[in-house]
Amino acid sequence: MREQILLDPTSERQPQTRPRAPRPRSLAGKVVGLLDISKPRGDVFLDRLAALLAERGVRVERFRKPTFTKVAPLELRSEIGAKCDAVVEALAD
Amino acid sequence: MRSAAPLPEGFIAVVKQDCPTCRLVAPAFIELVAAGVPLTVFSQDDALFPPGLPVADDTSLEMSFRLGIEVVPTLLRVAGGEVVARTEGWRREEWRRLTAVPALAQALPEYRPGCGSRTLDPGIEERLAAGAAAELRARRIVLGDREDGIDACFERGWTDGLPVVPPTPERVLRMLQGTRRKPEEVIARVPPDFAPCTVEKAAINAVLAGCRPEYLPVVLAAVEAVCRDEFNIHGVLATTYFVGPVVIVNGPIVRAIGLNSGVNALGQGNRANATIGRALQLVIRNVGGGRPGEIDRATLGNPGKYTFCFAEDEERSPWEPLHVERGLPRGSSAVTVFAGEGPRAVFDQLSRSPESLARSYAWCLRSVAHPKLVRDYDAVVVVSPEHGRVFREAGWSKARLRGEIAELLSVPSTELVRGAAGCAEGMPAGFAAGTVTKFQPDGLLFAHAGGTAGLFSAIIGGWKNGPAGSQPVTTEVRP
Repeated sequence: MREQILLDPTSERQPQTRPRAPRPRSLAGKVVGLLDISKPRGDVFLDRLAALLAERGVRVERFRKPTFTKVAPLELRSEIGAKCDAVVEALAD
Repeated sequence: MRSAAPLPEGFIAVVKQDCPTCRLVAPAFIELVAAGVPLTVFSQDDALFPPGLPVADDTSLEMSFRLGIEVVPTLLRVAGGEVVARTEGWRREEWRRLTAVPALAQALPEYRPGCGSRTLDPGIEERLAAGAAAELRARRIVLGDREDGIDACFERGWTDGLPVVPPTPERVLRMLQGTRRKPEEVIARVPPDFAPCTVEKAAINAVLAGCRPEYLPVVLAAVEAVCRDEFNIHGVLATTYFVGPVVIVNGPIVRAIGLNSGVNALGQGNRANATIGRALQLVIRNVGGGRPGEIDRATLGNPGKYTFCFAEDEERSPWEPLHVERGLPRGSSAVTVFAGEGPRAVFDQLSRSPESLARSYAWCLRSVAHPKLVRDYDAVVVVSPEHGRVFREAGWSKARLRGEIAELLSVPSTELVRGAAGCAEGMPAGFAAGTVTKFQPDGLLFAHAGGTAGLFSAIIGGWKNGPAGSQPVTTEVRP
C-alpha cells in the first residue's frame, strides 16, 4: 500500500491549558462582579446574591452582557478583570 | 493552473481524438460553428482534432483541470466569464437545448456515453498535482501502511458521525479548481474558536463532505454568510435549542451544479444538496471547533444538523426569487442562511382560495416555538407548486400573504401571557397592550420548492431573531 497523505481540515490550533486564577481565601475587602448574561430571570438570582454579599459587607459591581447568544465583548471582559477580584456569571431561565 | 485568463464566452467543448464518441460527434462541431454558435473546442490529445475547425490546444490539460472535466466530450456554456451549464457525453437533445440549434446533428444517434477525461488517466492527476501541491499550506498527516483513510478521519475527530472522503492533496487540489479564489484567502473567522478559514481549509472540508469541485463556490458563500455577525453562528451552535444553519440557494448556479429544488427537495438523494450543507457543518466543526457536547449544547438537535441545503424553484414560483426579494440582482447566484429547526408539515388538500390556504398556513405557523410565544421566532415557509398555484392564480404577492397571516394571527395580548389558558408558558405579563401578532414584519420568509404533486407545504421554525439572536443572511455566490 502506498503512503497516504491527508491534509488537516482543522484550524491546526493547539488548545492551551492555563491554570485557573487562584481563588480568594476570603471575600473581605474584595470586589465581586456579578455578570448577568441577559437570560430571563438571571437578575432574580443575581439580586439575591447581591443582597447576601452586601449583608456581609462585600462590595459588588454589576455587569450585563448585551445578549446571551454571543460571547461577552472584549471591553466588558477587560472591565470586569480590571474592577473585580472575583466574578459570578449567572445562567438562568 | 488557476489561470486568471477569462474563459471564452459562448460555448466550450472539451474533446480528445482518442475517444470514439468525440470522433463520432465531430461533425456536430462543424455544424455549430456554421450556425454561428460561438464555440471554442479544446482538445486534450491532438491539436488537429477535430479536423476542419480551429482547435485550442489543451494537451497540457490546464484548461481541462481548471474546468473540472471528467468526461469527454463535455459541452459547457459560459456567460459573463462563468460556466453556467454543462453536459457530459453526447446527449443530442441536451446539446440542442443548450446551443439553441434545434436541428443539430440529425444524422447522429441520440445518445452515446463519453470517455474518461485525460485528466483522470493514472499518473496525470498526480503529475498535475505535484506542481500545485506546493501551494497548499495545511499540515500534512502521513498515515501508516495499514491505516484506513476513512477510519483515520473518524479517529481524528473530523467527522459528523458519517464516513467522510479522506482529504488527500490530489482531491483537495481538484476541489480548488472549483473556484478562482486563491487557496490562502481568508474567507471568514469561524466561531466558536474564531479561527481563520481559508479557501483551502474550506476545500479540505468540502472534500470530507463529498462535494464536487463546482459546489465549492456555494460552500464558500455559505461559510461567509453564517460567519457574519448578524447570523451569529456562535449562538446558533451554542444554544440548547434545535436549530442549525439552513442553506437556500438561488440563481443560475442551481442548474449549473444540479441542486434539487423539486421532488423531495428537503430530503435525501441529491449529491449537491447533501454535501454542501454537510461541508458547511464540517467547517464549523473542524475549523471553528464547534462540536456537539462541547460548545454545541443542543438539548435534542435536529437531523438537519448533518446537512440542510436546498434550492428554490424560481421558474415555477409565483413570486420573485428569495435572493432578489432580499436585495440581490436578478440573475445572480446566492445563498440565504437561516437558523432553522427541522421542517414540519402543512397539510391542506382542500383549499382552492388563497384566503382559505392562508388560514391553514397561519394556524400551523402559530405553533412555531409555542402557540403562546410571539415576536421572537421567525420562520421559513417552503411553498410547494400545488399550493403556490393557488396564490399565483389569485394574484397574491408575498406581501399580501404576509399581511393576511399577520391579521389571522392577531390575538389579544392577554391570551398569550404566562398562565393564560391554564398554561404557565407564555409572554411576560404586560408585554404588550391590545392585540399582537405572531411574527415580526420581516419574520416570515417564503421559498418555493417541491415536487409537482402534493398539496403540502413546509414550515421551518427559527430561533431567537433580531440582533440578540440570529438574522437571515443572503450572500452572493462568487466564482
